[in-house]
Amino acid sequence: MSLRNFIDKAVSPWMQADGPDSDIVLSSRIRLARNLSEFAFPVIASKQQSEKALEHIKTRIKDQSYHTLGKFEWIQMDELEPIEKRVLVEKHLISPYLDKDSKYSAVLINESESVSIMVNEEDHLRIQCLFPGFQLNEALTLANGIDDWIEEKFNYAFDETRGYLTSCPTNVGTGLRASVMVHLPALMITQRMNRIAPAINQFGLAVRGIYGEGSEALGNVFQISNQITLGKSEEDIVEDLRGVVMQLINQEKAARKDLLKMSKVQLEDRVYRSYGILANSRIIHSKEAAKCLSDVRLGIDLELIDELPKTILNELMVLTQPGFLQHYFRESLTPDERDIRRATLIRERIQLENSDQSTD
Amino acid sequence: MECQECHIRPATLHFTKIINGNKTEVHLCEECAREKGEGFTGSNAFSIHNLLSGLLNFEQPMSDHGAEEPAQTIQCSKCGLTYGEFARIGKFGCDECYKAFNNKLNPILRKVHSGNTTHTGKIPKRIGKDISARRKLTDLKRQLHEHVEREEFEEAAKIRDVIRELENGGES
Repeated sequence: MSLRNFIDKAVSPWMQADGPDSDIVLSSRIRLARNLSEFAFPVIASKQQSEKALEHIKTRIKDQSYHTLGKFEWIQMDELEPIEKRVLVEKHLISPYLDKDSKYSAVLINESESVSIMVNEEDHLRIQCLFPGFQLNEALTLANGIDDWIEEKFNYAFDETRGYLTSCPTNVGTGLRASVMVHLPALMITQRMNRIAPAINQFGLAVRGIYGEGSEALGNVFQISNQITLGKSEEDIVEDLRGVVMQLINQEKAARKDLLKMSKVQLEDRVYRSYGILANSRIIHSKEAAKCLSDVRLGIDLELIDELPKTILNELMVLTQPGFLQHYFRESLTPDERDIRRATLIRERIQLENSDQSTD
Repeated sequence: MECQECHIRPATLHFTKIINGNKTEVHLCEECAREKGEGFTGSNAFSIHNLLSGLLNFEQPMSDHGAEEPAQTIQCSKCGLTYGEFARIGKFGCDECYKAFNNKLNPILRKVHSGNTTHTGKIPKRIGKDISARRKLTDLKRQLHEHVEREEFEEAAKIRDVIRELENGGES
C-alpha cells in the first residue's frame, strides 16, 4: 500500500476537515454513557447475559442509518485481530477498555468516523462524537440527536433523581464527558502551563496529557474534560468547559505572540532544528517525534514554515504510534525496530509533501 | 535509583527476568514501562476507580447502630450485587443497585460530584415524557409564585394560563 493511501485510510475523514480555532484546538469530543434497564451492566454480567445484551442491541441497531451520518458499520470485537483493535484505539474510535477488558463487545462506526457507539464497554452504550477544532456545542447537538434516536429503540436505565444510571458513580447523571484536545506549545515553552493547569482543576475540569491517563503531555497536547456529571445540565457542563478553553486559547495566543516578539530567532531555530530532525533522522523515539512534531506544527501556525500542511501534526501523531507502525509495515516490531520505522515513515511523509509541491 | 531508560524519573518498577539461567534486571519508571509495553499488565492499575473504591470503603459506622443491617451485606435484588462488592469494584451491577444502595449513595455522590446528588440535566424523550411534563409544571408554578411576590400580575396571569392549559391537557 502506498503511504498516501495508507494515510487516507489511517486518518479519519473527520480529522482532515478544518475546524474553528484549529491552530490550537485539535478536536472536540462528546461522550454519553447509557445503559439498558433490562440487562445487568457489562462489568458484572455473565457470559450469557452479555451475549444476550449484545444480540438485543445488534438486532435493533445494525444496518440502521441516522440522518446525514449514513450507515453505521457494526464491528464485533471478537472478529478483529489484536493489531486491528489497537489501530481503532489509536484512532480514538474505541477505548483501551473495549480492546482489552470487555467481552462480547462491538462498536458502530459511521463512514467519516466522526461517530462511534461502543457496545458492552463499561456501560451498555457509549455514544461518542468527534469534531475537528473547537466545536463542543455542535458535538453535543449531534450526540443528543443520536441519543434520542437510540432511545426510541431501547429502554434506558434512567431515574428521575439520579439521572442516567451508569456503572461507575463518576458518570451518573448526565453520563456526559466533554473534552477537547489542545496544542499548547507556547504555554509550555514559556512555562506558564505550570500555573494554569492547577487553576483549571479548580473548575472541576481535568487536564491530562494525551494517550494515557496521568502521563505527561506528549507533544504538548493536552486533553481538558469535565469531571462532574451530576447536578449540572449538559449545556452548563459544556459551557463551563468552553469558557475555560476560550481562556486557554487566548493565553496560548498571547504566549505565541510574546515568543515571536521577544525571541523570534530562537523560536525559528527551535522549529527548524525539529524540522531537520524529522526530515533526516534514521531512528526516532515516540517522545522525540512528538516533541519535534509539536515544534514544527507551531512553526506552521506562526507561518515560519510554509511548505507543510497544518494537519501534519494530527496525522503523524496518529501514524507514528506503535499500532499504526506495525499495521503499515505489516509486521510486529520490537521497540527498537519501531523507532527505526517511525523515522522512515516520517521522512517519507515529509518527502511526499515536497514531491506533491514540485509536481503541482 | 533512576530509571534506566529515561535516566530522569526514579525507577518504581523492578523486574528480574531469568531466561536459560541468564538473569537480567530491569529498573524502570512507570512511564517508560508503559512505553515498552511488553509484559506489564494493568497500566492503569492505580486509576480513579481504585481511589473511588477506597472512598466507598471508607465508611464510618455512624449510621449503623445495633439492629440495623450491616452495610456490606445489603444486596441488590435484581443482579445480586452486595454493597460490599460494590465498594470493592467501585461499579454498580444494574439500574436497581441505585435503589438498593440508595441510603448510602448521597455521601459518595457528593464527594465525586462536588456536592451534587441530584440530576438536573436531560430527561429521555420517550420514557421520560411524564417526568418532563411534571418538571415543566413545577417550574412554571415557581415562576408564577415569583411574579406574584414581585407584584408583576400581568406576567403572572400569562403563566397561570399556560399552567391551566397544561393541566387540562394532561387530564383529557
